[in-house]
Order: sequence, then C-alpha cells, then structure tokens
Amino acid sequence: MSEKFLTRMGDGERVRMDADEIRNDIREGTADAAKRGGIPELTKKEQERMFEIITDPSRIVSVKPGEEVIVTDDGHTMSFYSGQDGGGVGTPLSRMQAVLTYERACGADTTSMGHSDYSYKPVKPIINFEANDYYNISMSTTAPFFYGAQPNMGLYFQPDGPCPNAAELLPLGKIDEARKTQEDAAEHLTKDLVFVARKLADVGLEGLNFDTSGSAGDADFLAALRAVEQLKAAIPDLPILMGGAGEFIIGMHGEVTYKGKRLAGMYTHDQARIVEEAGADIFGMAVNTVTNKSVQWNLSRATTFLKATTRSCSIPVHANVGMGVCGIPMMEQPPIDSVTRVSKTLVEIGSADGL
Amino acid sequence: MGMSIAHILASCMGGIRTSGDLVAWMQMTRKMKIKEAKAYVAEKLEIDLLDLTNEEVMREIREDLGFGNVTSIAGSPKGIRAKKNISDKLGIKIRSVELFKSQFN
Repeated sequence: MSEKFLTRMGDGERVRMDADEIRNDIREGTADAAKRGGIPELTKKEQERMFEIITDPSRIVSVKPGEEVIVTDDGHTMSFYSGQDGGGVGTPLSRMQAVLTYERACGADTTSMGHSDYSYKPVKPIINFEANDYYNISMSTTAPFFYGAQPNMGLYFQPDGPCPNAAELLPLGKIDEARKTQEDAAEHLTKDLVFVARKLADVGLEGLNFDTSGSAGDADFLAALRAVEQLKAAIPDLPILMGGAGEFIIGMHGEVTYKGKRLAGMYTHDQARIVEEAGADIFGMAVNTVTNKSVQWNLSRATTFLKATTRSCSIPVHANVGMGVCGIPMMEQPPIDSVTRVSKTLVEIGSADGL
Repeated sequence: MGMSIAHILASCMGGIRTSGDLVAWMQMTRKMKIKEAKAYVAEKLEIDLLDLTNEEVMREIREDLGFGNVTSIAGSPKGIRAKKNISDKLGIKIRSVELFKSQFN
C-alpha cells in the first residue's frame, strides 16, 4: 500500500492522499492557472519542490533563513478585539493596545487600523474620530502603520446608498441602466476614498491600504485606481498599497477602462501592471480558494499566478493570504499546517515580495 | 489571529525584533522589491544580508541607533522618536515624522 500524506481540502477538511494524487493536483492546479491567465506553468522542478513542502512531515514549515519577506496585514490588529464575524478573538483591548501588541508581542513587520466595517464609506462621517485615533497611535508605533479598508462599491447601491442597484437591474435586462448606475457609484466611491485619505494624510498617515479592490466588479476597481492616481498627484509621498479581490476582475460593468485598457477579466499579472501605472507602491494579489479542491491544487494555482505577477511589474507584490485566498483554506480558523505551507511556497516558489 | 501569527513565524522578517520594519519602509517609500529593499537596508546598517533577521545582531544595532527595541527599554527612543532616527538613517521621508518635526519651533 502506498504511503499516505496528511493534507487538506480548500474548506479545511483534513484528508490523506498518496504521492501520485498530490503530484497530480499540483500539476492540474498550475495548468488551470496557466490556461486561464495565458501564463507559464510552474516548471517540473518547482512542482516537485512544492510536493516536498506539502508532504514535509513537520506540522509547520517555514522559509529558509535569509528568505524572509515583509508581512503586511488587512486589519489583523482588529482581530484582537473583534468577534467571530471578523475572525476576532474578543480580547478586551483598545485599538492602540491591539496595534502595539501586534507590533511588539507578535513582531509584525507592519501594523494597521481600520473601521470595524472595514469599508471606506462608513469612515466618512466619523473621519475626525478615525484621524484622532490614527494620530495618537502613530505617535507610539515604530513599525509602519497603515490605515486600511475596502473600497466596497456595493455600499453605494440602494437601499444602502444613493444609486439604483445594479444587481437588481441586470436580471431585468436593463444593461445600460446597470452600467450607468455603476459608473455613478464609482464616482461617489472615488470621491470618498480621496476624502478619507486626504484627511488622514493631514495627520501624518504613513501608509494607505485599498484592500480587496474590485469586490463589486470592474467599476469598483476603476474607482480605486482613480483614487490612487488623484492621491499620488496631490500627495506624492503617501505610500499606497492597492490589493485585488480575486484572480480576475469581475466584469459587472464589462466596458470600463483605465488608460485605455479594459478592466473586466484582467488577471493578476495585468492587475499589477495597471495598479503600478496608477501610481501605487505595493500590489496585493488575491487568488480565490476553490473549496472542493485540495490545498495543493489551490496553492499550485495561486503560485503560478504569483510567479507571473511578480515578474510583470516593478513594484513589490504581496500575496494576500487571508481566509480563502491564495491557497489558504476557506474557513474561520485556517489550520496552521496549511497556512505555513502556503506561506513558504508563495515566498520560495512564487517569489513574493511580501504577504 | 492564529493565522496571522503563523504567517509571521513562517515567513515574516520579524518587525522590530530585527529589521522587518526597516525593509518595509523601503518597499513603501521607494517601491523596492524585497531583494533590493533588503540590500539597501543592509548597506545602510553595514551588515550582511543574513543578519537582517538575526536577532543577536539587530538587537544591538537597534539599541545603538535608537531604532526602538522589541523589549521596552526605559529611557530609550521608541515610537515617533525611533521613527525619526530610522528616517534619518535610511534617508527616507516618513510622513508621521515630518508632522512631528513640524510641531517644534
């Protein structure tokens, strides 16, 4: 009987697979990414290296000394004091206590804060409160301190926002109306992103994170690109990290362009180029985890996209490695055996500049 | 939270335990890829690349240069004062530090 190795599915379920099954998943994962993105597959050597990492008998693995990278975050400090909805552990810490604990007890490379909703729109009416907290905390932190949230254009549609709801218009066949309302929502969003960022910049903002840009589709991504461009023109020394929402930009509109390039359907290597063109300093790459495929299938796919993405642009690329992204299982409590294998593989084979 | 800590242990440079914050500043302020950012910081600190994540070396450097240490040392620079020293040594502009400096006559 062939030896079975412990691994997991994309939903976190622990499974045992033999060497052939694992190698086959790695081969199929990279082939899937290559076909979709029109990018090279991982080499046989890289696939074999990934097999070694996946089947390492240790419970957790890590990169070799000297190969460490920068780990940024998307509101991890909020996880100290938030609850289940935010993946939080519910310890009674203030924002400042959480940030300093993350910096000093955990040894994080960068820290951050954001609104509990983790969207920019709700920040607008309370911007002075956020600016005050940001300023106070930034006086105490030593590591780079970001303000982060998602553009989240969905909040600009009725009943939550002013624009007719594109998701209601599309099923009615009202394509032109659906496109127009997304264009309007994108304009509102850009204005709010710039408004919030400029207010924070006035109190010494060290870094801004537009996290999960494009979650509501191509117009959402466009709004974030325009905000980056406007902010960089007004405040050139403001570092901006702009992250994507998936391996390709969903064409909810389908026709919006940025600098003459259609955004819908753009894969990560093209997303990175356009983000660089807008002026951002770091690109955050996201590849969604398929829950009924194994971790190695998902990881092989994500690594293939990452390798092509890091080579496509001059700015640093950080692979997003939260729940259900870039090979991390889609569950509230991702198992650390999978998390560390994803971490090591993306750095050593995908050439990530950061996570 | 455990997921974040697992990434930190598996791949992270170690923040203010070592030189992770310094390398991160270079990515943020100069758009440097990881190898370029590490080389820049190592040259400024006059150390080998491998020592960027060596606590034994970096702890002393941070204390000597007033970069702030992960353990709290009474009387030594931390927070914004440490960031001012980092900004000066790396030759970069840190926006919070610029605001801080503008508040003195």
